[in-house]
Amino acid sequence: MNAAAAAESSLQPPSEASVARHETLLALARSKTFVVGILIVGFWIFWVIAGSSLTPHDPLAQSPSVLARPFGHYWFGTDTLGRDVFSRVLAGARGVMTVAPLAMLLGVTGGTVLGLITGYYRGVVDEGISRVIDAFLALPLIVIAVTVITAVGQSTVTLVIVIGVVFMPLVARTVRAAVLAERDLDYVQAAKLRGEHAPYIMFVEILPNIMGPIIVEATVRLGYAIFAVAGLTFLGFGVQPPSPDWALQISENYSLLAGGSYWWTVLFPALAVASLIVGVNLIADGLRQVLDT
Amino acid sequence: MGRFLLKRFGLALITLFLLSVIAFSSAQLLPGNVGRNVLGGFATPQAVAIYNRQLGLDRPVYVQYGSWISHFARGDLGESLEYKVSVGSLLGPALVNSLKLAALAFLICVPLSILGGVTAALRQNRFTDRAITITSLSLTSIPEFVTAIVLIVIFGVALKWLPVTAQAPPGSGFFVQIKYLLLPAFALTLVLFGYIARMARAGTIEALDADYTRTAYLKGVGKTTVIRKHVLRNSLLPTIAVIATQTGYLIGGLVVIEKIFNYPGIGQRIYIAAQNKDFTMLESGVLVIGVVYLVATLIADILYSVLNPRVRLGGEAE
Repeated sequence: MNAAAAAESSLQPPSEASVARHETLLALARSKTFVVGILIVGFWIFWVIAGSSLTPHDPLAQSPSVLARPFGHYWFGTDTLGRDVFSRVLAGARGVMTVAPLAMLLGVTGGTVLGLITGYYRGVVDEGISRVIDAFLALPLIVIAVTVITAVGQSTVTLVIVIGVVFMPLVARTVRAAVLAERDLDYVQAAKLRGEHAPYIMFVEILPNIMGPIIVEATVRLGYAIFAVAGLTFLGFGVQPPSPDWALQISENYSLLAGGSYWWTVLFPALAVASLIVGVNLIADGLRQVLDT
Repeated sequence: MGRFLLKRFGLALITLFLLSVIAFSSAQLLPGNVGRNVLGGFATPQAVAIYNRQLGLDRPVYVQYGSWISHFARGDLGESLEYKVSVGSLLGPALVNSLKLAALAFLICVPLSILGGVTAALRQNRFTDRAITITSLSLTSIPEFVTAIVLIVIFGVALKWLPVTAQAPPGSGFFVQIKYLLLPAFALTLVLFGYIARMARAGTIEALDADYTRTAYLKGVGKTTVIRKHVLRNSLLPTIAVIATQTGYLIGGLVVIEKIFNYPGIGQRIYIAAQNKDFTMLESGVLVIGVVYLVATLIADILYSVLNPRVRLGGEAE
């Protein structure tokens, strides 16, 4: 949705806005990228909710058939404790799909506020914060997260806060750019002349008009959050055992690869992580095509 | 050019400062008393106090920070709490190892991804372009340990072409070392490929649409010459800038890759330090990474301004 159309739609009766929303949804439904992404992510969200209640075996139950080969009784084989890899892959989304969306929400909320303020006020505040943001962009997320988690101890809350805070400046940069394009438009001037307060103009007038870029940014951030949580979990600083988390499965079993066999204990969870992240990115790509026209 | 470089250097210094503050305050948050942790529960309170005084832990925080930074600047990285030897003697060889791996990854990645990006741009919206774009988008977003696993399964386990650990047996020659580093370097390459290829593609498309390109064609210049002299010269500049910004990412990736391939680099040192709560090692390791980042950005900026006449001749880079 571009700025002019947005400004116009706020002047029209509300039915116009709902027509526009309906058209956006139709365009999304026609976008193959978006639909495929939704299907993949939807599949994993289904399994996040269903958890271990629908898997063929209990993902945590051990059995005497240790390291059974795949494509037999166990579709994806079993791991060193005889646990069914297929069930563990299906149930493995829950950990990362709890932490990553929360971290994304924190980052997007904080970043949006920061971006609205820096973009609306400009001047010294903007200069100062923008320099700090630029400096933040260069920090290696994994290294920071490992350092902070080591100091304060591992917990879901720490994980969410560390990733969310590192994301804030990144989101703020995108939001700031969108605000800069809006702040000189007539509807903002009109609100100023009406004597509205700055917070009202920022959050009630400008914010609804820059939701497009924010939604795209949020989806992209979700992808990166999953990336980060998976990486940290692999290192032992993220989701903790005995969860059947994908990255955790890989971290528990990858040393078996050196022996030259038992590849199924790591390959299937690896493909599962990859599919989830690709799905999120397809959604982001589809949204970008529809919302940024 | 001087102003541009100064501005960029200032920015990198702020990054370094932020990083050092995060590393230092994490070490400050270390639960418990360092002297008590090291000397154990049976030590007398006096002994603990003396130990802490020897380490300088009884001084105000900002004094400790200042002393840490000034020692660091003079090359004194402190003593590892875990190994009781100087941190420098452990981090030095590790840094060399990591730089070897990173250099190989860059050597493979940069030409490959620029080639990919430019090819995609020249065949814009055709099958080759879609294939390269979608592949690079997916590769960028998949965690490096996942790509590493897939590479190990294919090249190490199934085909048995390459070793699955990164460290060559001691005393191996140059080429054997490279052979051992190929898989981890390739895993790093795949993640970076997407970023760099996308930038190269976007830059090339922009240059292809530019007025000067059309003018060159209308002048009757041949297609290869136009692409080489007009398009590529302009399109590769933003790509160089992006390569520099990826150094920070590359270092983060090293932590994970070095663990998977059991490679004794700085990433693995930091990981082990974090696991052992060896805070002197951890904070110095993080700061070393910050310095490496600073140097890499500076080199890229110098390269960028030398290649870009707009910056070289005194204007602003944008």
